[in-house]
Amino acid sequence: MIEIDAISKAYGDVTVVDNVSMTIEAGSITVIVGTSGSGKTTLLRMINRLVEPTSGSIRIDGEDNGAIAPHELRRRIGYAIQGHGLFPHRTVADNIATVPKLLGWPQDRIDARVEELLNLFQLDPASFGPRFPHELSGGQSQRVGVARALAAEPNLLLMDEPFGALDPVIRAKAQDDLLAIQKHFGTTIILVTHDMEEAFGLADRIAVMDGGRLLQYATPSEMLASPATDFVASLIGTAERPFRLLALNPVERAVEPGAAEGKPISADASQRDALAELLWSGRPALPVTGKDGAVAGRVTVDGLLKQARPA
Amino acid sequence: MRIGLPLLIRLVVFLALAIFLARPEWFASLLTPLTENGAPPVYVQSSLLSLTISHLLMVFAATIASTIVAVGLAILVTRESGREFLPLSRSLVNIGQTFPPVAVLALAVPMLGFGTWPTLIALFLYGLLPIFENTLTGLTTLPGPVMEAARGTGMTGWQRLIKVELPLAFPLILGGIRLSIVISLATATIGSTVAARTLGEVIIAGLQSNNLAFILQGGVVVAALAVLIYDSLLLAERIAARKSGLNRAP
Repeated sequence: MIEIDAISKAYGDVTVVDNVSMTIEAGSITVIVGTSGSGKTTLLRMINRLVEPTSGSIRIDGEDNGAIAPHELRRRIGYAIQGHGLFPHRTVADNIATVPKLLGWPQDRIDARVEELLNLFQLDPASFGPRFPHELSGGQSQRVGVARALAAEPNLLLMDEPFGALDPVIRAKAQDDLLAIQKHFGTTIILVTHDMEEAFGLADRIAVMDGGRLLQYATPSEMLASPATDFVASLIGTAERPFRLLALNPVERAVEPGAAEGKPISADASQRDALAELLWSGRPALPVTGKDGAVAGRVTVDGLLKQARPA
Repeated sequence: MRIGLPLLIRLVVFLALAIFLARPEWFASLLTPLTENGAPPVYVQSSLLSLTISHLLMVFAATIASTIVAVGLAILVTRESGREFLPLSRSLVNIGQTFPPVAVLALAVPMLGFGTWPTLIALFLYGLLPIFENTLTGLTTLPGPVMEAARGTGMTGWQRLIKVELPLAFPLILGGIRLSIVISLATATIGSTVAARTLGEVIIAGLQSNNLAFILQGGVVVAALAVLIYDSLLLAERIAARKSGLNRAP
């Protein structure tokens, strides 16, 4: 659990983070969104002390992060950034091994961990381990950057616009991978982005920052139902609200008894995908299949439209 | 392996230089037309080979000293704590460069006497600037995300310097050393005016006795050395640049 307690950062007269308090549950994904200059990156960098706060404190699992030497603190916290920041003179394997080496892990444990991570990120260890960063594509570099951040098995992973430099197709894949990896390791993730779509796609809770202040800190559906300020509402986008809400929930929750014709949709697909399929194929209802592949019922346009409003 | 023409030319130059230094008398007939009144065509007062070795040793010794001081200074002024000394160190090193080498010799001789030391000091001062400036460029133009990652992974200041900054700046540092060596190779000839044993001795002897052959053999040996050393260091620099993965050297 990360407790951020009345933290502020000022450079001279300019306050970039203004008295922010929030508590982040262990094992959750928290996304901090805001426009550039909102203080979101500064807030993130105060957690691993790349920026020292002017006042306030941050406790990680009850321990004040100001009491730990900065370099030791950072070895315990994963950190992935936009543009990956891989060391260009080191191989992929050496890049991933950075923090374990700093921590003095035995070589065989390091090798095993590097191999595990490369496999997890769908990069063949024999082929990618010895490569240099300039021999990788953007998506591969990004994966190696995240693998490096996870190498020393941190409980907490900080990500600063990690997918900002990727094209839309690879970005969607990287986001799915991140969700899968978060499930796999149970890592607490705090991610900074300016992309609302990304925030709604990944977050357990979203924190909206503007002008250094925390405007709202809530789950995506709470935020959709009652945005704290006009700024939050405009950031969500009024016209996007029903679709974002549909995207948050699985088809499972809108299943009705009955049969329908045509290609079925899986129960764990999002309701937005189901609506899109209904609209595009011109059908009034879709059959829904459960995990076992058997038809569990159907989902209708009317049923989905009821879901597209806050309860 | 295919040997390119440029490499072939360098090999020929190297062989010609080696043979000339080992057996200068073989070239006597070639040099005789440049002499007048039956003057000797080949410098024999001391061995050309030993002069060349002494010339090179002096240049290397001075360059090693300049490298240690210039790189050390550049590291110091790029640390958080040393940043305020950056302007001061820049002007100090610049002064080293603006002082004409002859003036350094003239000032050093009364203090250190004739011989090797005044020349070494002049070469040392002269070599500082290129190495300092290049190291400074190398250390201050490292890619932002890489430095951010170095801090973010929990490297200490020392680990960042040794594991990231210096390896990535290395090609540029090598470039500075290359420039410094080539300047020193030429400047060292002036050292012979204060009785340092360098190839300048041959050139000065030629100037004093109006012997074009002496001037030419001294000058050509220095020039050939400079070209060969410059090229080898350039090659080393390219390899280092490729290894650093930054691809920003020549």
